[in-house]
Amino acid sequence: MERSMQRYWKTNKTYMILLLSLWGLVSHGFGIFFVEPLNAVWLGGFPLGFWFAQQGSIYVFVLIILAYFLLMDRLDKRFDVHE
Amino acid sequence: MSLQAWTYIMVGVTFVLYLGIAWAARVRDTKGFYVAGGGVPPLANGMATAADWMSAASFISMAGMISFMGYAGCMYLMGWTGGYVLLALLLAPYLRKFGKFTVPDFVGDRYYSQAARIVALVCAIFVSLTYVAGQMRGVGIVFSRFLEVDVNTGVYIGMAIVFLYAAIGGMKGITWTQVAQYCVLIMAFLIPIITISFQLTGVPVPQIGFGSTLISGPDSGKYLLETLNQIGTDLGFAQYTSAFSGPGAKPMLDVFAITMCLMVGTAGLPHVIIRFYTVPSVRAARLSAFYAILFIAILYTSAPALGAFARYTLVSALNNAAYAAVPSWFGNWEKTGLLAWVDKNNDGVITYRAGAAFTGKPAFSGETGPHGQRLLTNAPTDNANELYVDNDIMVLATPEITQLPAWVIALVAAGGLAAALSTASGLLLVIASAISHDLYYRVINRNASEKSRLLLGRVMIGVAVLIAGYFGINPPGFVAQVVALAFGLASSSFFPIIVLGIFWKRTTREGAIGGMVTGIGFTMLYIVQTKFLGVAPWFFGISPEGIGTVGMVVNFAVTILVSLVTAAPPAAVQDMVESVRIPRGAGAAVDH
Repeated sequence: MERSMQRYWKTNKTYMILLLSLWGLVSHGFGIFFVEPLNAVWLGGFPLGFWFAQQGSIYVFVLIILAYFLLMDRLDKRFDVHE
Repeated sequence: MSLQAWTYIMVGVTFVLYLGIAWAARVRDTKGFYVAGGGVPPLANGMATAADWMSAASFISMAGMISFMGYAGCMYLMGWTGGYVLLALLLAPYLRKFGKFTVPDFVGDRYYSQAARIVALVCAIFVSLTYVAGQMRGVGIVFSRFLEVDVNTGVYIGMAIVFLYAAIGGMKGITWTQVAQYCVLIMAFLIPIITISFQLTGVPVPQIGFGSTLISGPDSGKYLLETLNQIGTDLGFAQYTSAFSGPGAKPMLDVFAITMCLMVGTAGLPHVIIRFYTVPSVRAARLSAFYAILFIAILYTSAPALGAFARYTLVSALNNAAYAAVPSWFGNWEKTGLLAWVDKNNDGVITYRAGAAFTGKPAFSGETGPHGQRLLTNAPTDNANELYVDNDIMVLATPEITQLPAWVIALVAAGGLAAALSTASGLLLVIASAISHDLYYRVINRNASEKSRLLLGRVMIGVAVLIAGYFGINPPGFVAQVVALAFGLASSSFFPIIVLGIFWKRTTREGAIGGMVTGIGFTMLYIVQTKFLGVAPWFFGISPEGIGTVGMVVNFAVTILVSLVTAAPPAAVQDMVESVRIPRGAGAAVDH
């Protein structure tokens, strides 16, 4: 692979790893592993852990996919591989 | 106008709409038939994906399950949405760049092996058939409740409609039909929830109303979730928001394994993956993944709100209510066997507590008791609970319980049908393309003409409809149980080898086949042992619904180990892997 394409692929993987870490943190982390300590905190009428498990993580999923789309769109243009 | 008339109108109008769309989008070539010509705009593809994904189970059963499970409902909520993150980041853009028509196409070409193609093909057919049988049953149930026809007649009508529009329009027809079906199902889902949220909390946005205070009744001024926790404590259920403690709660490891299995399974299901082949470019594949999760999230963030509202409404309307004074909807739902009351202490008052009221599903004796209730032949249990409530009642009965107008109830019926039909048609296309494209064209006869391939595709849709209809009419007792198998298989077969195939050039044919076979083998063995042979879950107590997570790890491990000790893939394959990583040129990649 050309040098520039290797850099393109490496940046793509970096974005992916960061966003997947966030995915794991809000769902498996806040929603499952730390749900009990977080439930001690109330966000308005929601115990926080419960909120992440049933609402918050889904909002974050939507934002993660949007962020990936926008980041990759910029990256494609920078490396001139867009269509 | 009566409810019956409204229902005929709503269902009739939507069916004419679907058939009209399929006729307008009818196809004449295999590219149109399998991948809608590869030119679907991302917004439309996002809606179609959402409709394809949200089945009769999501629409009818999920809110009810959450309502009874409380916190643990998060397994379905996060599982069935979180998979889209994996899809969008790890699979969709690369599969789109690869082009072609199906998942076995990718597996067969990437792993330079007909054996791998055939393993993938068998998995795709098995997973899709399991699913589609449940959808046909769902169609039958909605018909029988709202049009008052026999369940089997309902299944026949559903079969005819799906066959017509899937065979005429192929993937192109299905896509545009699903766009219409998404609009119908989301409206039907939201209108009752918004109304009930406003009635209970004064907030019209259910996602916020869910965490607000009640505005009337004895608990007025208290937070809804706080009240539900209190009700749980009072009646002997687990607290609604508490996680791993209380009666019937699942351990943390199991909740994790099930959530993970549903996420990875979602990303590995062939009818979902195939939708990303239908857009014009890699950029469009990423964008349509965003639209898909957005449209899915609208339903998936309101379902838990409905679950909580329905739980509160049900308990406050029925617990300690005299049977003679309950509203008429109670009687309507008793007729369907989804709701039943057994007066254990002969006081004429409904007592709702934790535990099953009697053993098994309600079986009415045909006689009525002193309070006018339908008597049951089931053996009562010795706990205090007298009420049987089926999960499925929550979505379908909510509009009646909250006294919404007849046209809303009719719309909910049309929405349930849209959810079931859209998913069924997507699955039928996967089965048809697996046989006509992957098996016949790619394995048996590479010289088949365009015309004969298209005809075979249509014939296979017919065959798949007949098989699905057969299972819809004669549901094998294990249908509900095999859904776990479908997700377990999808997560332990496709997902690891597609991800490795893209991200690790060194993955070999031997590795992929070994990984698929051991991953599936382990998952299948465990599910058969625990579901059918009565063996207790032996792997850290993980339930069969979550074992696909372990199967996935087995698949990853075996694929990597075997790949390391076998000869590297041919240079042409490694070049192909590099090329799928670069978005440019996807428009041309569909060329065969």
